[in-house]
Amino acid sequence: MNIVVCIKQVPATTEVKINPETNTLVREGVESIINPFDMYAIEEGLRIKEKVGGIVTVLTMGPPQAETALKEAISLGCDEAVLVSDRAFAGSDTLATAYTLARSIKKIDDFDLIICGKQAIDGDTAQVGPGISEELNIPCVTYVKKIEKIEDDKICVERMMEEGYAVIQLPIPCLITVVKEINEPRLPSLRGMMKAKKAQITILNAADIAAENNRIGQVGSPTLVSKIFAPPFKGEGEMILGDVGEQVEKLVNKLKETKVI
Amino acid sequence: MNYFLSEEQQMIKELAKKIAEEKMKPVREKYDENGEFPWEIVEALADADLCGLYIPEEYGGFGGGVLELCLCVEELCKIDGGIALCVAATALATFPLLLFGTEEQKKKFLPDIASGKKIAAFAVTEANAGSDAAGIQTTARKEGDFYILNGTKCFITNGGEAEIYVIIAMTNKGKGARGASAFIVEKDTPGFSFGKKENKMGIRASSTRELVFNECKIPKENLISREGQGFIITMKTFDASRPGVAAQALGIAAGALEDAVKYSRERIQFGRPICSFQAVQHMLADMATKVEAARALIYATARTIDNDPKARATKCSAMSKLFASDVAMEVTTNAVQVYGGYGYMREYPMEKRMRDAKITQIYEGTNQIQRDEIALALIKESARSK
Ligand SMILES: Cc1cc2nc3c(=O)[nH]c(=O)nc-3n(C[C@H](O)[C@H](O)[C@H](O)COP(=O)(O)OP(=O)(O)OC[C@H]3O[C@@H](n4cnc5c(N)ncnc54)[C@H](O)[C@@H]3O)c2cc1C
Ligand SMILES: Cc1cc2nc3c(=O)[nH]c(=O)nc-3n(C[C@H](O)[C@H](O)[C@H](O)COP(=O)(O)OP(=O)(O)OC[C@H]3O[C@@H](n4cnc5c(N)ncnc54)[C@H](O)[C@@H]3O)c2cc1C
Repeated sequence: MNIVVCIKQVPATTEVKINPETNTLVREGVESIINPFDMYAIEEGLRIKEKVGGIVTVLTMGPPQAETALKEAISLGCDEAVLVSDRAFAGSDTLATAYTLARSIKKIDDFDLIICGKQAIDGDTAQVGPGISEELNIPCVTYVKKIEKIEDDKICVERMMEEGYAVIQLPIPCLITVVKEINEPRLPSLRGMMKAKKAQITILNAADIAAENNRIGQVGSPTLVSKIFAPPFKGEGEMILGDVGEQVEKLVNKLKETKVI
Repeated sequence: MNYFLSEEQQMIKELAKKIAEEKMKPVREKYDENGEFPWEIVEALADADLCGLYIPEEYGGFGGGVLELCLCVEELCKIDGGIALCVAATALATFPLLLFGTEEQKKKFLPDIASGKKIAAFAVTEANAGSDAAGIQTTARKEGDFYILNGTKCFITNGGEAEIYVIIAMTNKGKGARGASAFIVEKDTPGFSFGKKENKMGIRASSTRELVFNECKIPKENLISREGQGFIITMKTFDASRPGVAAQALGIAAGALEDAVKYSRERIQFGRPICSFQAVQHMLADMATKVEAARALIYATARTIDNDPKARATKCSAMSKLFASDVAMEVTTNAVQVYGGYGYMREYPMEKRMRDAKITQIYEGTNQIQRDEIALALIKESARSK
């Protein structure tokens, strides 16, 4: 089984700062980590490999520093790592990112299963996974919380729903995005860390993946961020306690006080 | 301070720290309370390849030495000095095999220890033979292709949990200290059972138990080295293993120091953080100086041993165990002082460190015995130089 895991390097904080002039993320001075949801994607890829054999390739699009994220993935047990990096990719939105990653995956040879995280903790759109599958014209299931069965030509997964879950079977090749309920990511091993230190990372640029110029980077990104703001904080709610009679009385008084009724 | 650690050694530290923070920290209180054996952590250490740091690559280990072991133990003990003992005590039992085992014995036992699949224990102590190890009563009599063991060992770390035991027993009582031999006994050997499990002051996550031998029959291939070598093997084993106890003490002390400094910056009394009081500052300064001195002594000792594992390192090995364990006791006591009443409460990890630190002054030779050995080495050196 050829498994491709897409990982994104993100700032190690959920308090992302936005540059108000450019409406882009401020990444300077913040430590970078692998997007936490992608750690579950890596773990699931490794577990499938350990069960049915095969190789796990980690893939990221990002600046040269994203190599550290790939090396960390290798220290966990991933076999190959590919960095897609080119100045021409700068300013990619989710559509351009998905296109670029899809082109890179095509370049990787026969793939059977692509695993993405549910969403990235900085961009938070959850669009890239489905975007890749669309671009590659393969089926996709999001929010996977369990892989029930995996065979050469099909996979059966549990997709998390608001209440309960759906059991879905889909043919291979396909793409899934995973939620944190799916597993508990492992820590690196010493041998893995040694291997990561020596690992050769394949670097692909725009020409390597034969990308169309108008589909990558700023040019290939139709998303226009017009404004980013934090929604105003809603005041704390008040709990009305007591038995039903008391609650009704208190509520009616409140409504009268505030002149609603 | 720069100890010029190699990239690999840095990696070991980094990884051990990660395991300690992410796996041990959340459960340390639980194991201290219930005294159960922390198998989940043994598994985590095994998965991380940290069980065989000091075992050669040809037997499935990492190919490091005493320094690598010490770096790992130190980092683990910064978080918990008891849980980490499952690895350190296994090393104690592995050194006799590494130093004196035959190729067959190494091939048979080391790979499972290196992978973390099995842990090991080393047993000399008996109820009536502690510091005076030569007074042991356990016997091994040869019968054909077998040895038959009889006797009871007490206070054995990893007892009941380990699969592989190295036992010191008398093969010839008439010869005194020269009549002892070392044997490998596997768990589940008929005639080998476990007795009393101790309820301890500290290192409660570590199992300390009696081993009982009643006509326990083992193949003669399980003799390590030759008959009569039991105490030579024990002494050389301690030379290699005592830096590990020292590293345990160092980790406990360093963890206490780190938390004490942090706490002193947060705790406000008289309108300012207590770290602004000179009395507290000086306590912290002394603690830090001693911790660093212990670290320097341990690393230098470990490097001396790794540089020439065959040479006797009794003096520096005893010095590092003696110094680091005394430092650990003093530093943890003062760390509790920095925490004040909160330090005395079970809710904070400080009083536990004080309880854990105490054992490092006692086992693998009490600190009185360490001083004896250091003095003896000094006198011998002086006599030789004349
Ligand atoms: C409001 C906003 C502001 C932005 N500002 C910036 C900015 O300042 N600088 C900038 O560089 N980009 C910026 N982006 C752009 C960029 O479009 C997204 O970060 C990127 O396309 C991924 O989308 P996402 O973070 O929402 O990932 P999601 O779609 O939430 O990610 C889902 C999964 O897709 C995979 N994935 C996502 N991205 C990658 C990747 N690069 N490589 C491999 N796998 C990946 C991972 O498996 C991930 O778990 C911004 C996007 C938005 C919506
Ligand atoms: C938690 C724990 C784990 C242990 N694990 C192991 C293990 O894995 N394997 C193993 O074999 N043993 C183990 N031991 C035993 C340990 O090594 C002994 O407890 C230790 O050597 C001291 O022996 P003792 O307890 O009999 O004390 P004693 O020898 O009775 O000593 C009592 C006191 O007298 C002092 N004393 C004794 N003789 C002299 C002397 N000649 N000069 C000056 N002072 C002296 C001692 O320093 C001490 O202060 C463990 C003990 C404990 C508590």
